[in-house]
Amino acid sequence: MNDQRPVVIIIFVFVIGLVLLTKLFMIQVMDDSFIRKAERNAIQRVVDHPYRGLVYDRNGKLLVYNNPIFDLMIVPKEFEVGDTTRFLNLFGITKEHLIESYQAARKYSYVKPSTFIKQISTNDFAKIQDFLIDYPGLFIMTRSVRSYPEPVASHALGYIGEISGRQLERDSSGYYVQGDYVGLSGMERFYEDQMRGTKGVKYKMVNVRGIDKGPFKDGEYDTASVAGSNITSSIDMELQKYGELLMQGKTGSVVAIEPKTGEILSMISAPFYDPNSLTGAEFSKSYRALNSLETKPLFNRPIMATYPPGSIFKIVQSLIGLQEGILTPETTFACNKSLVACHNHPSPVNLFGAIRNSCNPYYHQAFRQIINQEVSSNTYKDTEIGLNAWREHVLKFGLGGTLGVDMPNEKKGLVPNSGYYDHYYGNGRWKYSTIYSLSIGQGELLVTPLQMANLAAIFANKGYYYTPHLVKAIDGDKSQIPQEYLTKHEVGVDAHHFDMVQDAMVQALYGTAQRAIMKDIQIAGKTGTAQNPHGEDHSVFIAFAPKDNPQIAIVVYVENAGWGGRAAASTASLMIEKYLKDSISRPDLEKYVITGNFIY
Amino acid sequence: MREKDINISRVDWITVMIYFVLVMIGWFNIYAAVYDGQVDKSIFDTSINSGIQLVWIGTAIAIIIVIMAADYRLFENLAIPIYLVMLVLLLLTPFIGKEVNGQILTIGFGSFRIQPGEFAKFATALALAKFMERPTFDLSKTKYQLQAFGVLLLPIVLIILQPDTGTAMVYFAMLIMFYREGLPQKFYVLGIGIIAIALLALGIENNLYLAGAIVVIVAILIMMGKKTPQQIIAFSVIGIALIAFTYSLDFVVSKLPEHQQNRIMVLFNPDLDPLGVGWNVTQSKIAIGSGGLAGKGYLQGTQTKFDFVPEQHTDFIFCTLGEEFGWLGSFVVISLFVAMITRLVLMAERQKNRFNRIYGYCVISILMFHFMINIAMTIGLFPVVGIPLPFFSYGGSSLWSFTILLFVFIKMDSARALQLGRMG
Repeated sequence: MNDQRPVVIIIFVFVIGLVLLTKLFMIQVMDDSFIRKAERNAIQRVVDHPYRGLVYDRNGKLLVYNNPIFDLMIVPKEFEVGDTTRFLNLFGITKEHLIESYQAARKYSYVKPSTFIKQISTNDFAKIQDFLIDYPGLFIMTRSVRSYPEPVASHALGYIGEISGRQLERDSSGYYVQGDYVGLSGMERFYEDQMRGTKGVKYKMVNVRGIDKGPFKDGEYDTASVAGSNITSSIDMELQKYGELLMQGKTGSVVAIEPKTGEILSMISAPFYDPNSLTGAEFSKSYRALNSLETKPLFNRPIMATYPPGSIFKIVQSLIGLQEGILTPETTFACNKSLVACHNHPSPVNLFGAIRNSCNPYYHQAFRQIINQEVSSNTYKDTEIGLNAWREHVLKFGLGGTLGVDMPNEKKGLVPNSGYYDHYYGNGRWKYSTIYSLSIGQGELLVTPLQMANLAAIFANKGYYYTPHLVKAIDGDKSQIPQEYLTKHEVGVDAHHFDMVQDAMVQALYGTAQRAIMKDIQIAGKTGTAQNPHGEDHSVFIAFAPKDNPQIAIVVYVENAGWGGRAAASTASLMIEKYLKDSISRPDLEKYVITGNFIY
Repeated sequence: MREKDINISRVDWITVMIYFVLVMIGWFNIYAAVYDGQVDKSIFDTSINSGIQLVWIGTAIAIIIVIMAADYRLFENLAIPIYLVMLVLLLLTPFIGKEVNGQILTIGFGSFRIQPGEFAKFATALALAKFMERPTFDLSKTKYQLQAFGVLLLPIVLIILQPDTGTAMVYFAMLIMFYREGLPQKFYVLGIGIIAIALLALGIENNLYLAGAIVVIVAILIMMGKKTPQQIIAFSVIGIALIAFTYSLDFVVSKLPEHQQNRIMVLFNPDLDPLGVGWNVTQSKIAIGSGGLAGKGYLQGTQTKFDFVPEQHTDFIFCTLGEEFGWLGSFVVISLFVAMITRLVLMAERQKNRFNRIYGYCVISILMFHFMINIAMTIGLFPVVGIPLPFFSYGGSSLWSFTILLFVFIKMDSARALQLGRMG
């Protein structure tokens, strides 16, 4: 009767074994979601942030380095506050802050660490370090922030900050994640790819409580971070520092370039800010404060502000006239003040005299000849043709377009073409009398201080320039800098035309900028006073020195400082002396510039 | 008439080998479960579970030697006294035992503690065998059915009082032995039917569908049947009873203690509460599921080692195996269990007296239940029940009780030639 029952029982055991093995096959072999779930459980991907590249000045002095800062982390599960008052005093926070931070951490995870107090300074860290042991569940995580030994060159160097949502969306490389730091302005932004380095990844195992249990597979899949490239900037820190000393309390720009290479020696945007304020925990607060100031200290004037160039543009006009054959050194015009205002000087003048005395009527008349070459019998048509031909020359001087400096947000300036006037007056309804202001660098012309400095370099080089740039070497290697900075740009004016112009610029100082004259260094310069419809005129001075074998080309643009000879020329002269001689022989002039009120 | 009790050649070495293989695999897995690469303690280190388990294994071997050396009639003669002593111990446990997690399961002194509930299985098996060996005992008769259930029910009641529902459930495994000994099939058909409907009722959100299905099936049965009034009434009554059962089940479940309710409900919806009740099963499935075909390699598992799976060295020890040795490892171990149980069935059938056979089937029943339910719960096929995997799970009481259970039968089997046939 029961003979088949043992068989039934054996079959039953086999069926159970089969059912279990089938189910196991389903979850172990067929379904790989458990593998991912297990990894999410136990394997934590820890990004090893690379050291961001440092920045040195042209003489090897440190401009930007990384300073360790400390984040206080909390594991809510293990945290015990003990004596609350003592805790609050030690960490320098309020009770509300404590409760708020604790709850935020708790909300994130009860067992996993999260940031409790962000970016504790080295000093504060030293204070709390010894007491941390009294507080289970708190530990320190080290990170680094940018730091600046001298609070200079903030605009050129730029700053870094947490990547924004929009940047993250646009990032096609997939390199960045939320919370990453990225160069937001200046060189930090332009050389982001070189300076950021390469992130490393460590896979570590954690247990159910989130406690580190060592590297996953002995670190087989880990990659080490690669530090970012160090950048040698062309900036001369001492010169930069001196320039900022001179420019304190003023609004404007100083740009100094080594003419032979296009290397920017100094780039000042005044008013400036301390670059150390835009780092670490204070970033957001400082940024908001700086951004709301009326003086706009964050505005990078050398490349973003555009002004009418004023009289310094007369040199460009002279060179175009010479190259076109319209002018010769002997070409003479009378200083006819009925055409345009001028100051008192001998009349008539030749080209040399016109540069030396900055004669407005001369250029009014010369420019008419450049524009109206009677290519067309229709004077309107003739002006249009002449303007566009002239504009081609001007563009070659690096005006009317971005130069391509290694900073973001460079402005183009403006060199109007015929279309520009057509837009305002209608085609065939404007002629030379409409545009004559261009002759003396006024009117619609707009130029950035960087473009002006580049003009000075062109005059110094007798007809060519290298795109101004802030980088001298990457990882100590000159050949790694962008190729465009090693390309010579000719402006299309023969070198011999510059000889007379340079002589005139040396003489010009005696006419309009006597304060800038130095006994032992021959400076070639040109003042300008750009008309400012909103207030006091802007003071501008471009120069290069020494006249033979120029080492430095410079522009100083001081807003609302009145006639250029006083403020801008003095500053430029001191900068030149500082750079060429590394000492100042004229303390009175220095004092005059530093303390001077130019609006008189 | 008998020369020697111990005759090595008559010991069933196949079963003994499987036993030792399982114990050793278990031991290695206990080490894997507690292994911490950062501390790097030896498997023999008695400050960790694997070292302690080795002590248990050593003492289990001593127990085996004692059992094999004992007189084969000893167990039969002492069956009833052992059973009674065990009942007293179970009765006393709640009063003299030590409370852990709301359960009082162990008695003893200091660090030496035993779990009477584990040993009661052995005692009950002996008692059942002794009780049922009488030639007149017939499980098809109600009188004997009640007697047999009575012997079984006493320890069950005492264990539930501890309370240890999991261990108590094991005793129902004796239904397998009862089946072999002739308990009518209708009980099993009825039992399986009720369980099936219960599962359906709990698994299907809306009982209305199930009630509808029952109505349809009853209607079909009536149409296909003899259509006599009695049969129609009988089918209808069964149908109505089933529907009533379906609806009452939700009520019954709602009256269970909350942790038991949750264990049942989580079976049907593991995502119900992944961080709470579902945690064990979810994590256990992740550990096993992440093992893949060949596993992550010995000591390379992350889920069990890093405490994602609770009770990983005791009730959830199978997770370590599944994670580190994959499906192939699971296949080997499950095959070993199936082989051992099959072997035990063959051994039980070759016994010459009823006592030995019934005891053998008790061993089969208990091993089968533990093996089936323990693994099924780790992969979410059965509610979480706190019962160990035989020979595998960490713990002295568990290893000792299974060793005694098994080797007493191996002893009986090895001595079978010395016994008179009493099969009648």
